Amino acid sequence: MGGVETRHRAQRALERRPCGGAGPAKKAMGFAAVTIAVVASSCAPEDAPSTLDPRGPGAARIAGTWWLMLGISTVVFLIVLGFMAVALVRSRRAGPVPQGDVRWGEPVVIVGGVVIPAIILTAMFVVSLRDMAALSAPMGDTTMTIAVEGHDWWWEATYSDPAATTANEIHIPVGQPVELELTTDDVLHSFWVPQLQAKTDMISGKVNRMWIEADEPGRFRGQCAEYCGLQHAKMIFYVVAQREDDFEAWLANEAKEAADPADPGAVAGEEVFMNETCAGCHAIRGTDADAQLGPDLTHLAARATIAAGVLDNTRADLAEWIVDPQGVKDGASMPPSELSAQELDDLLDYLESLE
Amino acid sequence: MATIAERLETVWGEGPGLGTSLKTVDHKKLGMKYLYTGLLFFVIGGIQSLILRAQLTAANLEILDPEAYNQMFTMHGTTMMFLFVVPTLSGFGNFFVPLMIGTRDMAFPRLNAFGYWIFLAAGLFMYSSFLVGKAPNNGWFNNAPLANSEFTPGLNIDFYALGLIFLGISTTAGAINFIVTILKMRAPGMSINRMPIFVWGELAFAFSIVFAQPALTAALVMLELDRKFGFAFFDPSKGGDVILWQHLFWIFGHPWVYILILPAFGIVSMIIPTFCGRPIIGYTWVVVAEMATAVIGFGVWVHHMFATGLPQVAMSFISAASFMVTLPSGTQTFAWLATLVAGKIKLKTPMLFSLGFIVLFVVGGLSGVMFASIPFDQQTTDTYFVVAHFHYIIVGGVIFPLFAGLYYWLPKMTGKMLDERWGKTSFWVMFVGFNLVFFPMHITGLLGQPRRTYTYLPGLGWDIWNAIETVGAFMLAFGILLTFVNWYRSARRGEAAPDNPWGGDTLEWATTSPPPHYNFEMVPTVRSLHPVWDQDELSHGRQSPERGGHPLADGHETFASSMLDGRPQAVMEMPHESPWPVLLTLALTVMFYGVLLDAYALAAAGVAASGAAMMGWFWPKGETQET
Repeated sequence: MGGVETRHRAQRALERRPCGGAGPAKKAMGFAAVTIAVVASSCAPEDAPSTLDPRGPGAARIAGTWWLMLGISTVVFLIVLGFMAVALVRSRRAGPVPQGDVRWGEPVVIVGGVVIPAIILTAMFVVSLRDMAALSAPMGDTTMTIAVEGHDWWWEATYSDPAATTANEIHIPVGQPVELELTTDDVLHSFWVPQLQAKTDMISGKVNRMWIEADEPGRFRGQCAEYCGLQHAKMIFYVVAQREDDFEAWLANEAKEAADPADPGAVAGEEVFMNETCAGCHAIRGTDADAQLGPDLTHLAARATIAAGVLDNTRADLAEWIVDPQGVKDGASMPPSELSAQELDDLLDYLESLE
Repeated sequence: MATIAERLETVWGEGPGLGTSLKTVDHKKLGMKYLYTGLLFFVIGGIQSLILRAQLTAANLEILDPEAYNQMFTMHGTTMMFLFVVPTLSGFGNFFVPLMIGTRDMAFPRLNAFGYWIFLAAGLFMYSSFLVGKAPNNGWFNNAPLANSEFTPGLNIDFYALGLIFLGISTTAGAINFIVTILKMRAPGMSINRMPIFVWGELAFAFSIVFAQPALTAALVMLELDRKFGFAFFDPSKGGDVILWQHLFWIFGHPWVYILILPAFGIVSMIIPTFCGRPIIGYTWVVVAEMATAVIGFGVWVHHMFATGLPQVAMSFISAASFMVTLPSGTQTFAWLATLVAGKIKLKTPMLFSLGFIVLFVVGGLSGVMFASIPFDQQTTDTYFVVAHFHYIIVGGVIFPLFAGLYYWLPKMTGKMLDERWGKTSFWVMFVGFNLVFFPMHITGLLGQPRRTYTYLPGLGWDIWNAIETVGAFMLAFGILLTFVNWYRSARRGEAAPDNPWGGDTLEWATTSPPPHYNFEMVPTVRSLHPVWDQDELSHGRQSPERGGHPLADGHETFASSMLDGRPQAVMEMPHESPWPVLLTLALTVMFYGVLLDAYALAAAGVAASGAAMMGWFWPKGETQET
């Protein structure tokens, strides 16, 4: 079955890379650099969203600038420490303290405090401008646009060709820049996938645009980076980068309406969904449920996580979320439900059929 | 015939008791009040930070529920930024600016008292929010539209906005008082190029406040109009603009950071020469750098908004300014370093804190420059990297100098020495604890941990660093506690402090420890940038009239002098203790609670009472028109 096939491919894409994968060469300079480099390249946890382990050209360029700036900073810091060390050693000398002007005094202040910093800062400014130019160039080469809207506290992604809507999991094809059209339904949020690209805020009453690109298939963690109230901490999402044909297949499946449930439990579950509060907020394309308040659930079963990246999409976690959403995420708009065990079981059957 | 000292004591002395405590206009008593109250808020904000850190020790902990956590991190930031640092610096400023410039009080003593009482009232006003469980919960920069009543309907944001408008009265009054005092009250002969660097720092601080505060007050008034009267400045659904809030807040907020640090630089620039036994190298450059920081500080606010999608060209200018603002800091750092190398360091506690400051401030400065790079800023803004950076600046760059200042000046303020061994132990525990809590935050930020989150999920590479940070936080707190214990011990059984325990060069060391009510028996004539070093006759506090001392013992008097040359222009009659500042504060408190609770009759009563209090304040009292 096509759906199953797609799901398997998506799962393959979701398979996490073994840790210890070779990152880009790191120009580690000085003790601080070494410390951080060790941390960055150490056997990082599977989902670690490290900016120092970039997997796309945007984040890679910024990481390069970081290592450069860290190198310069380390040198400057060591020079300062050197001055202090010299001062402490010289303080042991005998004799009175010279009171008058020391010949080298003001020149040190001017050269060390103004001239040399001005040269370094000018160079850094030029690097920063070149980064800006390089990072805005791919906006002209994007192959597709995905509309991403922030909500308290989840993410909605809408594809246009073919049309599809999903939540908290954004699939992109690898190796090409994809444009994101960022908006918010309520307060400020910020779209951030550290391994792919710098963040861009989602501003009420405004559309912001950015691009993301992944070099290789994989799953990259993102999280809201602008304080957005009670559950700002639990507004997570994933970007899943797939090979082009896998991506096309995924999108084709997402664009489809939900298949009618086949097994009896799922059929009963659909009844529960339509008659209980679920359909008041969620849409399942191809059914009567078309409300837009919560995430579109048409292909819920194809997603790896629920509740905006807080829980895995397992039967047990899904049940926990349905029964007691506030227990997972206090303040979430979804009301708790009082289903019988049978109703819950049927509902889970139905939701798990939405591949 | 009474001696001059006896006459001055009669004229300047204030009676004992609670009444005097409420009515005092003595800049030294008000300075101590500012200092104690500021440090009390420091302790409260510090305890909040320990609770926050405890919650973040490991993934998925929930000591506080999300709402309580959000209120607490908001109040931690708001307390530290508004209720601790500026009042504490004002405390040192109040106590020492008049002493350092050789005068007998601030220019507007009653306004000075008013500033203190307003600060206390506004602080209590904001903290009363905890009594109803509605503390501000939107962070210290309180972004719209989350601050709008649609998203935060409770009183939380009203406590924040009205509290800060209220506090702004105090800050503004204090700043104007500093400017006038510094420019118009200097001792004869203290031309502007003989002004101690700490006084320059307070001047830069005061001017920056006067220009920055209105932006905040305007933004807060607009926000309250939105919230209470249905205006729509920050409501995009009615044509408002949420970015406007950020512009207004940060055009205030970035200069505010320099407002915090400039007097702290000033403290360090006093301590380093004293403990190097020689003048600072490059005095003029340091002064120019302080002023340049204050000015350029107004041109960098947009670097707090690089991720909001502003046009790239506009951002490049701010990026350039943000790189540039590093230069004056570099200048000052190299002036300190050059002075260290030229002098002979005596490693007393104040010096140890100053050296620690240089190390930490340089780290914070270097990470700060990185944010001038727009792409790097966009990657790391709103992460723990930023939290690391600004704590290196505000704890390393401001609190370490404040502690240096405490060890340096408390003997002058209380007349009792602090214990060196306790002081040095406190420094090392603080220094190590500080780096344990804040250095790893650079790493967690780079590893993708966003700030302002009440918890995080496990398995992201953040756990170990967060655990280390919490250990460091408690260590830092313990180090701070050691200084407070030291202070307490010194008050009980400290050695008596001599007039000039460290061999300092500025005028506060030319009088007794603690100074008398009238500061100087003879208002001195200054002939040097380092009067106490260069003018032997000052070293025992009584410059004879033949050498230029002025008793001014015929009334409650001090000099007004010319702005640049410090030539005496007039003898000013100074006001006595007064009940009106505290009464006016009470009336205004009633007004602010009235507005807070939408009880406009109560607010009107507060306004009427304020009017009455001001009439009392300004009521003519015969010959002299006191201000």
